Amino acid sequence: MKQFSKSINRASSLLLAAGITAAAGIATAAPVTVVSWGGSYGKAQDAALFTDAAKNSGIEIVRESGASMSKTCLQVESGSVNWDLVVTGSGGSASAAAKGCLEKIDYDVVDVSNFIPGTYTDYCVGSDVFATVMSWNTDKYGKPGSAGAPKTWADFWDVKKFPGTRAYRANNVDGVLEPALMADGVPMDKVYEVLSTEAGMKRAIDKIRELKPHISVFWTSGAMQAQLMKDAEVDMTTGWNGRFDNAAKDGAKVGYSFDQALLDYDCFAMPKGAPEKDTAMKFLAEVSKAKYQANLPFHITYGPTNKGAYDITTAPKELIEALPSHPKNVPLMLPVSLDWYAKNRVKALEMYMELISE
Amino acid sequence: MLLGFSIPAILVVIAIILIPIGWLFYLSFIGNDGQFTMEHYQKMVEYKSYKRVFFTTFQVSLFTTIICILIGYPLAYFLASLPPRVAGFFMLAVLLPFWTSLLVRTYAWLVLLQKKGILNEFAMNIGLWDTPLKLVHNMTGTLIGMAHIMLPFLVLPLLGSMKKIDKDLMHAAANVGASPSKAFWTVFFPLSISGLVAGSLIVFVLCLGFYVTPAVLGGGRVVMVSTQITAILENQFNWGAASALGVVLLISTLLVLYISSKIFKFDNALFGKK
Repeated sequence: MKQFSKSINRASSLLLAAGITAAAGIATAAPVTVVSWGGSYGKAQDAALFTDAAKNSGIEIVRESGASMSKTCLQVESGSVNWDLVVTGSGGSASAAAKGCLEKIDYDVVDVSNFIPGTYTDYCVGSDVFATVMSWNTDKYGKPGSAGAPKTWADFWDVKKFPGTRAYRANNVDGVLEPALMADGVPMDKVYEVLSTEAGMKRAIDKIRELKPHISVFWTSGAMQAQLMKDAEVDMTTGWNGRFDNAAKDGAKVGYSFDQALLDYDCFAMPKGAPEKDTAMKFLAEVSKAKYQANLPFHITYGPTNKGAYDITTAPKELIEALPSHPKNVPLMLPVSLDWYAKNRVKALEMYMELISE
Repeated sequence: MLLGFSIPAILVVIAIILIPIGWLFYLSFIGNDGQFTMEHYQKMVEYKSYKRVFFTTFQVSLFTTIICILIGYPLAYFLASLPPRVAGFFMLAVLLPFWTSLLVRTYAWLVLLQKKGILNEFAMNIGLWDTPLKLVHNMTGTLIGMAHIMLPFLVLPLLGSMKKIDKDLMHAAANVGASPSKAFWTVFFPLSISGLVAGSLIVFVLCLGFYVTPAVLGGGRVVMVSTQITAILENQFNWGAASALGVVLLISTLLVLYISSKIFKFDNALFGKK
């Protein structure tokens, strides 16, 4: 009996020792979980950024899809954080940071000295510059820039000059009100000034109400924007410029213009209490380097946030000029005001949901 | 002894049903600052969108249930009248959709019904209609998709109750001079009602909380409670407001169950009877 318990003891201590070494092994080489979005966006990031950065830095990563700041906050608040780096829009990261869901970025590790000003915050490092544009079926309304093709938000609203169906954003107010005001004649640089009052927001909502009978679909994702144009389900939609370029590569008859578009950026955020915080910060530093961002335009027409990327990229001139961040395009667009969203998002969303449910 | 066997089940019910629901109630009264508040419920009164969303939810659920009854009752009747070996084959056809992912079936309907979808292209090729019909991204598409997905939930309990009906009762009715339709309505139909009510309630209640199908086939125009909850969570990270919506949906569902149990007299089965 004694012999028996002794051997049990020995076996369990062996097991324990094995467990400890296994745990230590995990602690030193646990992979970093990087979460992005589906469709052509995540694929572009894999091809341009993640695969090479992981290889060069020796940091192992696990790629997941379905990035969302609300899921990030849920993980943080329930104390079971599984993600290390999460892709988000600039506005989403600002809201999540305000809720205390994000880890501060360590700028001693991540070098942003050569970044485009305003494409990083205390809680988020810009990954690419994109634009919310209007796109249309080129078979129906002509190629961008050709005579008679739509150009401004007023054209998007003009169903007499451009008869057909429209799509607009569903259940989310990001980039929803600004186009309506511009269509209503507010100059680009006055948009956020007008939107700062409730009367201004109501004016935008009323303008969307005017178009609503012609909005046949409300889109919920970038993948859906692309699909709607590929299937010619609608004639004109709002959406993110890179998605339409990739849809066009797949044969969709779709074009867009940067006139009056909304200039914005996506970024990487780190959930508070990320399990591999230090390694993830190193990976973030690696992935933000110019040499990876320089490859991004080949896979999706979103502009690098690291200015160094523009110097070393081997992308042809036409491709560089097609990026939303190109100096030729930037002046055409309205930069999204994070400040306005921080103050007004909740109210604006209630008003927009009110309109959609009418 | 028997009670002892059910203790694990009781514990599971407490752990995975009662505690989370209690927590849901609690969260719905907590504001963003962590203090007690009624603001989430006040908002539901203040903004019309919440009332409309609840109306749409009940409307979609009711219509889906009606469509399922209209298709499902004759189908179950047909299945019940078949000899067992043939019935097995047709049962497979009813059950087959159960083995395919809900998401796949929903997107399949999108591909079939959209403007340049298979159905519109085919109908226009053979000249049934000239301009594409709007079959999806609206209420029509939502109802088609939901009815397809919910049908087995109605057919299975209904078939069960139909199979229990003694065929001799119909023969007896015929012997005393009832026409086939008279025999059906006075003998068969009343006996099948329990299965019909059970199936309809399952369909109705499942529809109330449905998310994927209305979100994909409704094109953003059919806003259900689940859609609203997602919008609030995705944009505001506001668990309180989302919980309050969940609470109202839960209570209204219980209310529907209670009222229909009174009408159809199965309250002893659901709520116990003294």
